[in-house]
Amino acid sequence: MEPTDAELIAAVIQGDAASFEPLIRKYQPRVFATARRYARRESEVEDIVQEVFIKAFQKLASFRGEAPFEHWLMRLAVRTCYDFLRAHQRNRETTFTELSQPESDWLDQFVVNPSAAEEHAEAARQLIRRILDRLSPPARLVITLLEIEERTVKEIAESTGWSVPLVKVRAFRARAEMRKILARITKEKYM
Amino acid sequence: MPSVSIAVMNASDLQTKLIEAARKEPLQDQVPYAFEKRIMARLAGMSPLNDWALWGRPLWRAAISCVVITLLCGLWSMAAAPKGENSDSFAQAFERAVFASSDQHLEDNW
Repeated sequence: MEPTDAELIAAVIQGDAASFEPLIRKYQPRVFATARRYARRESEVEDIVQEVFIKAFQKLASFRGEAPFEHWLMRLAVRTCYDFLRAHQRNRETTFTELSQPESDWLDQFVVNPSAAEEHAEAARQLIRRILDRLSPPARLVITLLEIEERTVKEIAESTGWSVPLVKVRAFRARAEMRKILARITKEKYM
Repeated sequence: MPSVSIAVMNASDLQTKLIEAARKEPLQDQVPYAFEKRIMARLAGMSPLNDWALWGRPLWRAAISCVVITLLCGLWSMAAAPKGENSDSFAQAFERAVFASSDQHLEDNW
C-alpha cells in the first residue's frame, strides 16, 4: 500500500528527504500546468516548478495539515508564479506587434459574424495568449484565476493572500485593462 | 472590410470569446523526463526548516536593518553636534529648552 501524503510529509520533517520524491512525482503535472499559464518559455516553466518544490520542501514544517497538501502546494505555486510575473514585468510586451495572418483572419471573421468565429481555433488561442502577455502582473493573475480557471473570488483570495475586496477591485481593473488592449487592437486594425 | 463601429462595439463580446478560447485550451501538464530527480538533486543537503528557522531569517534581517539605522543615526548626531565650547552651550541651551516650562512654573509659585 502506498503511503499517504501525511505519512510522507511526516517522514520528510523527521529527516527522510527521499520521502519528498513521491510527493513531487504526484503533484508535478499540476504545478507544470499552472506554471505554463504564466510563462511561455519552457526553461522559465521549469525554473518556476523547481522553485515551488524547493519552497515547499523548506516550508514543509509550516504545513499544518488542516487542508489537503495539494491546496497548500497550489497556493505556493500561484504565489511563485505571481512573483515570476512581477520579476519579469519589464520584459513583457508593451506594444502589440502586428497581428499574424491567422489572427487577423479570425478577427475579421469575428467582426462579420461573431458566432462563426470558433473559440477553439488556434488563432484565437494565440491572440489571447498575446493579450495576457501584455497585462500587468495582478491583472494577468486575476484574469487567469477568475475568468480562465473559473475560480471563485474567495478561492482567489486564499490562493493569493489578497483580501476579498482587493480581488474584486483587481478583477474590475483587469477586465478594464483587457478591454482597453482589445479596443486598441481593433482600432489599429480597422482605422 | 467591417465598419469601425462594429469593431469597437464588439470589444466586450470579443473579450468573452477570447476568454472562452483560453478556457478550451487543453491543460499542458506534461513533465520533462525525470524532473523529480533534478529537484531531489537540488534538495540534497537541505532540510525542512522548523518554525524557529522560518521566523528566524526575517527577524535577523530586521535586526540587522535596525542596528544599521541606529549606527547611522548615532554617526549623524555625532557629526551634527557642535564641537568645542559651543557643545557646552548647546547642552545648556537644550536643557533650558526642556525645563523651560517647569522653571516658569516654579518661578510663578515663588
